Amino acid sequence: MKLLFDYLVFPGFLFSAVIGLLAGWIDRKVSARLQWRVGPPWHQNFTDIFKLLAKEVIVPQGARFTFLLSPYLGLISAVFVAANLGRFIISPLESFSADLIVILYLLVIPAIALIIGASSSANPLASVGASREMKLILAYELPLILVVITVVIKSQGALQIGQILIQQVTLGSNIFSLSGTLAFLTALLCMQAKLGLAPFEVSEAEQEIMGGVLIEYSGLPLAVFKLTKAIMLYVMPVFLIVLFLGKDLSPLFLITKYLILLVLIILIKNTNPRLRIDQALKFLWRKPKL
Amino acid sequence: MSNGSCNNCDIEICDLFTPRFDVERFGIQLIGSVRHADLLLITGAMNKKSIPRMKKIYEQAAKPCLVVACGTCACSQHMFRDSYNVGEPLDKILPVDLYIPGCPPKPEAIISGILKLVSKIKKGK
Repeated sequence: MKLLFDYLVFPGFLFSAVIGLLAGWIDRKVSARLQWRVGPPWHQNFTDIFKLLAKEVIVPQGARFTFLLSPYLGLISAVFVAANLGRFIISPLESFSADLIVILYLLVIPAIALIIGASSSANPLASVGASREMKLILAYELPLILVVITVVIKSQGALQIGQILIQQVTLGSNIFSLSGTLAFLTALLCMQAKLGLAPFEVSEAEQEIMGGVLIEYSGLPLAVFKLTKAIMLYVMPVFLIVLFLGKDLSPLFLITKYLILLVLIILIKNTNPRLRIDQALKFLWRKPKL
Repeated sequence: MSNGSCNNCDIEICDLFTPRFDVERFGIQLIGSVRHADLLLITGAMNKKSIPRMKKIYEQAAKPCLVVACGTCACSQHMFRDSYNVGEPLDKILPVDLYIPGCPPKPEAIISGILKLVSKIKKGK
């Protein structure tokens, strides 16, 4: 019962979805203010999701069954990560052995779900988007793993998130060292790519390939994808906070750190043009490895 | 969606997303794929080539999807009525929910029209 509550309500689905949608609103609002606009009201993303639930679901001709299955795959893995991270933050001793690796794997699955869904939707633009997303995964996964390895080495080979947190509480956050700072900057760029924000939003480029991977989705599956995206927007910064800024995780500090990271990625998003896929690949493979 | 329009209305529609008018205040966004659309803003006088394509796009949209005739051309075909290349008027082809006349309609007119439509829907049609 406790487990179910963990996954469905408190650090899990409901909580992370609400936080993620609010974060999505902050994203839209800050972007709007940066462009000297007013921006949407705070409940806009919630309204959008509920509206999508009421809309018709269109399955395009020639689509496979994975078209409707893949959104849930992404959502479930994102929820799993959100629930576990939340639990570890509340009580670091609850983490199981090598959960860092599990979380790394699970964080890739939403992107893979996107690829599966797009390539089974029988749309040429979606397949272009899927191939770009695939290349992007290849581009950002390697630097991200290197970053995680840095953190693991700094905390003496601990593969448990709980241990990493305890290490940081006693020795200070990982970011306040040379290698920690470098790794954090790299992780920031990887996160940008992982969340599909500019400059790495090639797979959903709205101007060139019309929403790319999501082009054929409507109604409920689209809502699920948007929720997954929102949860990722909550999970990824929290993951980075756990890895790099884990000294003080009381609610107030956690929220402040999260908001700072969120605004930082929104600023990066708004001040950078979209890179071509080859540029993105080059950038993500060369720069972080310096 | 432009159906043989002179681009004048389309430029006014682009204005809606500028800082001056900013329709994102009301949660309205420009979207790339019809599958995500809730409202089709149609401009132009419906020439014979574009009508079948427009029908196809409307069929691809996820229902319920509203149709708005934007500009005098889309409302009543304006001065292109009875022209050799112009087909049927828009409201004989699709169920039009809102007419916004003007050549081109001002951005303010488009915003007020769409907001009236939205508030009407909220009241329950």
